[in-house]
Amino acid sequence: MSVILTCHSLCLGYENREVLHGLDLRLEEGQCLSVLGENGAGKSTLLHALLGLKKPSRGSVEYGAGLSRRQIGYLPQQSAAQKDFPALAGEVVRSGLLSSCGARAWYTRGERRRALEAMELLGVREMNRRSFRELSGGQQRRVLLARALCATQKLLLLDEPGAGLDPVASQDLAQAIRALHRTQGISIVMVSHDIATALREADLVLHLVNAHERFLGTPDAYRASETGARFLGNRN
Amino acid sequence: MFHQLQNYLQYDFMRYALIVGPLVTICSALLGVTLVLRRYSMIGDGLSHVGFGALGVAAALHWAPLPVAVPAVIAAAFLLLRSRHKKMQGDAAIALFSATCLALGVLAITISGGSNVDLMNYMFGSILALSKSDVWIAAGLFALVLPGFAWLYHRIFSVTFDEPFARATGLRTGLYQLLTALFTSLTIVLGMRLLGTLLISSLLTFPAMISMRLFKSFRAVVLSAAVTSVVCFVAGFLISLFWKQNLPTGATIVAVYALAFGAFSLAGWVRGRSRKNC
Repeated sequence: MSVILTCHSLCLGYENREVLHGLDLRLEEGQCLSVLGENGAGKSTLLHALLGLKKPSRGSVEYGAGLSRRQIGYLPQQSAAQKDFPALAGEVVRSGLLSSCGARAWYTRGERRRALEAMELLGVREMNRRSFRELSGGQQRRVLLARALCATQKLLLLDEPGAGLDPVASQDLAQAIRALHRTQGISIVMVSHDIATALREADLVLHLVNAHERFLGTPDAYRASETGARFLGNRN
Repeated sequence: MFHQLQNYLQYDFMRYALIVGPLVTICSALLGVTLVLRRYSMIGDGLSHVGFGALGVAAALHWAPLPVAVPAVIAAAFLLLRSRHKKMQGDAAIALFSATCLALGVLAITISGGSNVDLMNYMFGSILALSKSDVWIAAGLFALVLPGFAWLYHRIFSVTFDEPFARATGLRTGLYQLLTALFTSLTIVLGMRLLGTLLISSLLTFPAMISMRLFKSFRAVVLSAAVTSVVCFVAGFLISLFWKQNLPTGATIVAVYALAFGAFSLAGWVRGRSRKNC
């Protein structure tokens, strides 16, 4: 198996505040990494750095396995503007294809089919012509996940996929993500507050405590660690 | 009435108005869709006030109006779009800035001995005073905005719907913002001749808002915005001419927009109800 994502002593910060210092990380193809931590611990900042949206102040992020920065599927946190945006679910999903379009101004038939296949995979195929804003929260996330899937064949970055969903919808979504991971062999980096799901699914856990203090290891090692015990103890 | 219209069409100023009007309204309708959806609706209003100030100062100094107004408005567009990202209260900044520019324009026009008629023309537009050069500028703007919008349509959708995702897929969102600011500025300066400082922002916001009442897909909203903007403009323009006492054109057009908004809202409501029942 080849390495799909590597961070070399990665440092991230805003103006004079350091958020992350000297992170070394290797993700193999097909692995799932769960990123945990309190609010403000730098989880989303790390995700932005992995996407190339945030420049590291030191260190680097590298992709392997023939992956370019444009071939990453990203599920951002939901923005308020999308609540009343006039768009069909299909239009939203297809916008994930843009990264592979180059200068072409339209989608080919093959690309449209690919968008439908992504929707099929996430169980939202029949919502293709439905209005995005009229879907339930869980359906909207699936549509956005299908969009992310259009942009990638190898690596998904998910920023709190279950946030704001009711428990049932959240579990459904976790199942859909698990299926992508297991049956499609897609590597996943997931920021999550749903710690039970995160630990069940992950091959690797990264818990950010602050810029310098963190835990990186397998879920079992995490449960046994001091950081994990403290965090899990808080939750249960 | 048809005969009368034929009579009117013999005059250059009538033909100019009926050419420039639809060209500018289509541009503003297309740009307006992304501005409204990105919560930049008030920018049109702010920019028109800046344009007014620039035109006033240009008139006072006996300079050509457009070479002064266009760069001023473009500069302001960048400032205003930027200010949204900072912690400064964006909407309050726009309010202060645009009021100052408006006041400056009024002072400049009055001090330089301009009449109330000049002032009214800038405030409410002088659609029948368009010149041949206005036609050329409008045609140029249209020739840039329409193909550009068609070419970048899917990218504009992506950037408008979800900017972080668009950036992550490698779209140069800054470039689209720059182009939007540039073309919006040009459209506003031109549109001020049609509807005036006070009503121009309606050209940007109304078509998008009207279409969003009824249509659910982005493509339908864009197409409907372009069509309704032209229909409302021409309807308002003709009504203002043929009403017993000549009505002010800009105000009539905005009134037609408001009626269309009501009609589309009603249609959307009826459609929503009939869906629920079946």
